[in-house]
Amino acid sequence: MAITKLKNMKKTTKSNLITFGIVVAFYLVIQLCTGMGMMTSSFAGQLVPICAYIILAVSLNLTVGILGELSLGHAGFMSVGAFSGTLVWMTTSATLPSWLALALSFVVGGVVAGLFGLLIGIPVLRLSGDYLAIVTLAFGEIIKNFMNACYLGYDANGLHFSLKDSASLHLAADGQVLINGAMGITGVKKASTFTVGIILILITLVVILNLIHSRAGRAITSIRDNEIAAQSIGINITRYKLMAFIVSAVFAGVAGVLYSLNFSTLVAKKFDYNTSILILVFVVLGGIGNIRGSIIAAAILTVLPELLRSMNDYRMLIYAIVLIVVMIFSQSPQLVAWRKKTLAKFKKNGSVKPPKGVA
Amino acid sequence: MSEVFDAMQFLSYLINGISLGSVYALIALGYTMVYGIAKMLNFAHGDVIMIGSYVVFFAFGSFGLNPIVSVLLSMVVCTLLGVTVERVAYRPLREAPSLAVLITAIGVSYLLQQTAQLMWSSNPKSFTSVVGLRAVSLFDGQLMISGETIVTILSCILIMLALTWFVNHTSAGHAMLAVSEDRGAAQLMGVNVNATISLTFAIGSALAAIAGALLCSSYPTLQPTTGAMPGIKAFVAAVFGGIGSIPGAFVGGILLGIIENLSKAYISTQLSDAIVFLMLIVVLLVKPTGLLGKKVNVKV
Repeated sequence: MAITKLKNMKKTTKSNLITFGIVVAFYLVIQLCTGMGMMTSSFAGQLVPICAYIILAVSLNLTVGILGELSLGHAGFMSVGAFSGTLVWMTTSATLPSWLALALSFVVGGVVAGLFGLLIGIPVLRLSGDYLAIVTLAFGEIIKNFMNACYLGYDANGLHFSLKDSASLHLAADGQVLINGAMGITGVKKASTFTVGIILILITLVVILNLIHSRAGRAITSIRDNEIAAQSIGINITRYKLMAFIVSAVFAGVAGVLYSLNFSTLVAKKFDYNTSILILVFVVLGGIGNIRGSIIAAAILTVLPELLRSMNDYRMLIYAIVLIVVMIFSQSPQLVAWRKKTLAKFKKNGSVKPPKGVA
Repeated sequence: MSEVFDAMQFLSYLINGISLGSVYALIALGYTMVYGIAKMLNFAHGDVIMIGSYVVFFAFGSFGLNPIVSVLLSMVVCTLLGVTVERVAYRPLREAPSLAVLITAIGVSYLLQQTAQLMWSSNPKSFTSVVGLRAVSLFDGQLMISGETIVTILSCILIMLALTWFVNHTSAGHAMLAVSEDRGAAQLMGVNVNATISLTFAIGSALAAIAGALLCSSYPTLQPTTGAMPGIKAFVAAVFGGIGSIPGAFVGGILLGIIENLSKAYISTQLSDAIVFLMLIVVLLVKPTGLLGKKVNVKV
């Protein structure tokens, strides 16, 4: 009975179930390893960042792979989400039950990042290609610089804000500095756990996979494939571009909260251009437009420097070389053709699809 | 701006801005030429500057070679480096999607930074200025212009003129223009596309070496990440002026330097980078292909 059901299932549903299955299996294996005491502490410390990076990679893939626009400022959305979510967590965790405060932090982080996505998206999505990329990069740097120079505190009179230093907040004696410029937020009570991370990954996947396979998702892919043709059949370009961009920003914000609540201090410097690039590397290495690939690439590439720890000084060097070699081997047209020819020898009906590229 | 507006001080900030902008312009030329001809964003360009600066640091600072010889040596090293990187890492991906090349360039950037860190450690080195010129004092000492500033601005102008002449009046330059216009058609006309792209990388990298020496003469700390931020800023400058356009890189670089220095002086040191990037966004919203960029109409 069950087998016939599985056979009649739609191809996309089956593919989605495999993706969910991978995440759940990953969770179970890790829980099993932890239970048997097989986890090293350095690897256990990587679990929450892995979850955050998976969400970031999946959400960026929506912009880069499905919408087809290169974004180099994903860390900016992560940053606004992290700061707003952490502020909510700091202020509510004492009064509300902790699960509610945590949920509220994630929601606020996501919503604020989404609002920024809207704010940035409206003007920016008029540009395209490399120009859009550079503007998203500029946006990420602006957020980083702004948060680095941002001071926020509160006392009996309410909130105080300054861009100069903590002294010019003019706080009353009982006042408390919340964001201390480049020092960021300190004394955060850690709240992210691996289980929370996995739940968030599953939510992200449900939303994004459903979006991709919905009517809206097909509209978004049609814009990627040919904007003018999509426009000519009556697709509202701005609306669908914004939709993809905002959903992508929301989940980047959520991932930012998840990431920041794993550490006791939160500084803006962490969310710089290199972080945006790192996420883009996950997306490209995992396969542009391939959600499952993003998950696997994010997990492996976050663990890789950890695995190479024994090589110490050379690990980032090896990482760089791996990156270059993998790119050349997976993307060079000559090598792709050679690979296909070799594969065809082994498989009779081996029709390997070429990797879908976004110019 | 509580103090009284000081015209001399403003002039001094402005000149320093032009000097910083000249360095950006030199780096931006490398970005813009490579983009125009190979249609790729060479993210490793900033790190070529860093390698060039280390070469000058050792040749001039440690071995005491003549400053000009040191810079020439650095140009040779950077040229070889740029051409090798293009040959090994970028050429196999010439027909691949542009994102693939972008990621490879990022990989090369990491590789250069890590190599520098392994060879010379991440401790900052203090760079000895290669400029022997003394500061010039104007208006009875009210305005001091350092030798570095003068040399930087002059060399940038000279290089710009030479490059414009090269592109417009030599056959190699014409080949570059042809390849940037239409690679396929240029190849059919007998232009050696691979050689032209190699030449572009060679020129861009040689300019990066000069930019590195000038940059570190004015801002004398040298470490493996020295090239990263100027690299990004120069990239912004190239887009600002219209990426692919040589005069655009010049205008964009100078403007960016001025905006950065003035906002550092009068608004906020911490927010100066944010202001620079905000200006870029504003310019692109008004002129989507940069100040001097060509408008491209997309056809179905």
